[in-house]
Amino acid sequence: MSRLTGLFTQLQDAGRAALVPFMTAGDPSLTATVPLMHALAAAGADAIELGMPFSDPMADGPSIQRASERALARGVKLRMVLGWVREFRMTNRHTPIILMGYLNPVEAMGVISFAEAAAAAGVDGVILVDLTPEEGRGEATLLQQRGIDPIFLLAPTSGPERVARVRSMGSGFVYYVSLRGITGATSADWVEVLQRVRDLRRQLGLPVAVGFGIRDAATVARVAAEADAVVVGSALVEQLAECATDQEAIQVATRFVQALAEAVRTTERVCA
Amino acid sequence: MGGYSMPDASGHFGPYGGRFVAETLVTALEALERAYHEAQQDPGFRAELHSELRQFVGRPNPLCHAERLSRELGGAQIYLKREDLNHTGAHKINNAVGQALLARRMGKKRVIAETGAGQHGVATATVATRYGLKCLVYMGEEDIRRQSSNVYRMRLLGAEVVAVGGGTRTLKDAMNEAMRDWVTHVDSTFYVIGTVAGPHPYPTMVREFHRVIGDETRAQCLELTGRLPDCLIACVGGGSNAMGLFYPFIADPAVRLIGVEAGGLGLSTGRHAAPLTTGRPGVLHGNRTYLMEDEDGQILPTHSISAGLDYPGVGPEHAYLKDTGRAEYVVATDAEALTAFHRLCRTEGIIPALETAHALAHAIRLAPAMRSDQTIVVNLSGRGDKDIHTVASLEGIHL
Ligand SMILES: Cc1ncc(COP(=O)(O)O)c(C=O)c1O
Repeated sequence: MSRLTGLFTQLQDAGRAALVPFMTAGDPSLTATVPLMHALAAAGADAIELGMPFSDPMADGPSIQRASERALARGVKLRMVLGWVREFRMTNRHTPIILMGYLNPVEAMGVISFAEAAAAAGVDGVILVDLTPEEGRGEATLLQQRGIDPIFLLAPTSGPERVARVRSMGSGFVYYVSLRGITGATSADWVEVLQRVRDLRRQLGLPVAVGFGIRDAATVARVAAEADAVVVGSALVEQLAECATDQEAIQVATRFVQALAEAVRTTERVCA
Repeated sequence: MGGYSMPDASGHFGPYGGRFVAETLVTALEALERAYHEAQQDPGFRAELHSELRQFVGRPNPLCHAERLSRELGGAQIYLKREDLNHTGAHKINNAVGQALLARRMGKKRVIAETGAGQHGVATATVATRYGLKCLVYMGEEDIRRQSSNVYRMRLLGAEVVAVGGGTRTLKDAMNEAMRDWVTHVDSTFYVIGTVAGPHPYPTMVREFHRVIGDETRAQCLELTGRLPDCLIACVGGGSNAMGLFYPFIADPAVRLIGVEAGGLGLSTGRHAAPLTTGRPGVLHGNRTYLMEDEDGQILPTHSISAGLDYPGVGPEHAYLKDTGRAEYVVATDAEALTAFHRLCRTEGIIPALETAHALAHAIRLAPAMRSDQTIVVNLSGRGDKDIHTVASLEGIHL
């Protein structure tokens, strides 16, 4: 069983949602990345989403854009990101790692080389924001053949046909974007979101993670009542950006993620 | 159009094009594709577009024999397709009118656009006002600096201009920001993309709105010279003026199609904007095409004296035409474009846009080696009023 499937089965039994913080690889520093991943896991992250920096992150708001720009300016490359995952895996064999980014850097490395290197490093899932299921058939197969789940996105605008397509191609989980917008936005109508999540869980037969617009423990708790996983990105990235030292970044991340982890652990699931 | 029927049903030109966007936009693109298809079949829409192009844009514009320039060069006869005579001074308005009419037909109240040189922004602001739509234009900070008169024009026309400070502060970053706006306001907003790039159906739709350039050229050339031109030359930023001119001639193999990219300070300096000449295929802004990128797939900063060519990608159909050999792509440097700019001013009494000057530079190179009974058509994609500050300051003159 894949690490992601294992996690969701285990949490199903425990009756709670997963907490999945997002951080950009290489920000706030190169040396902080692996220690931060360990700190997130120790603070109660059930899985980690690791951003692969891209020069033109079209679906990201200012916080993650700037983090990406800073990381690239420090010389971050895709192979370095995979190297950090490998390093993390040397001492953590259980926390799933999901890489999130855009197609072009992956293509530049070569999709097969990327899939092989990611599998060897211990990556569990890959989200490519600009790779739709229609365009991504080949990539999805290449990843799955190496034991990596291709994670597709669904949005408030996605109709039944698209849900069906994602069900037939995705694995691991499906990422539901809570709002019409980019990362860092804050206008989600949570009643509507949670209704949609209930429907999607039934229609997809896959765990549903919810992300975009979740910035605090109260919202985490609210979403955790219905979703299988809750993703918190910009709010963490913004706090890390303010940190002057790796030490400070680790402390800030630990404090923030502990509070969010507490929220998922004290929230009763509404639906099974 | 014998033998050429690109793109396929899913918007691919061979391996290029397609639809690489965030999930939130897919449904909007499908709706756009349907609405565009219906509009195309609707005689009422076609009649309205035709009437707007005549009454508001001023079409058809002339195909004008550049007699003195041709004589000086001593070779092929050069004809200029006068897109600079359109309302707002460039080809961009052909597409802006088409998309704005479509936006109105779809019941959208707000249009957004990205712009580099500001010509597409001005064209979009213009038609938005005419059709009673709210208009917001994204423009890189660097372009706002070098095309300030167009910024003021957009504001005079009632558009809001938003400065984009991320990335390289030029056209590609304006396009990223426009995409982000569209994702956020997808239900109310129509995104008027200014060139033959972006996700399907944009490359096809924008080509169709610009093909009037090539259709008119074909009829005018037959009338003036009794035969088809030997060679068509157009500058290529995203590639819309080139695609509009080339498209009706693709199935005529005797007509050479030449696109001219921005050679900037010279290809060897790396400071240029010539993805077809130096780049490799990748995915940016919703489509697969040739890109200027580094070995890690990060998009490279570009340089061109002309803001409208300063873009690291190019429309996917050009990528296809390059690979199949149907069209050729060459470069002209900043310096060559400037020389051509002055030469047209002095021989023909026309001040061309700096973008257009790249196409002229290649015509000037090519014509002397051709016979005097042969013809070259250069797409005079825009007028140069917007560039006089740039040119003057290069000569140390402050206007
Ligand atoms: C006059 C003129 N020509 C050419 C271009 C380049 O665009 P495209 O390659 O889409 O025709 C621009 C873009 O701003 C322009 O203003």
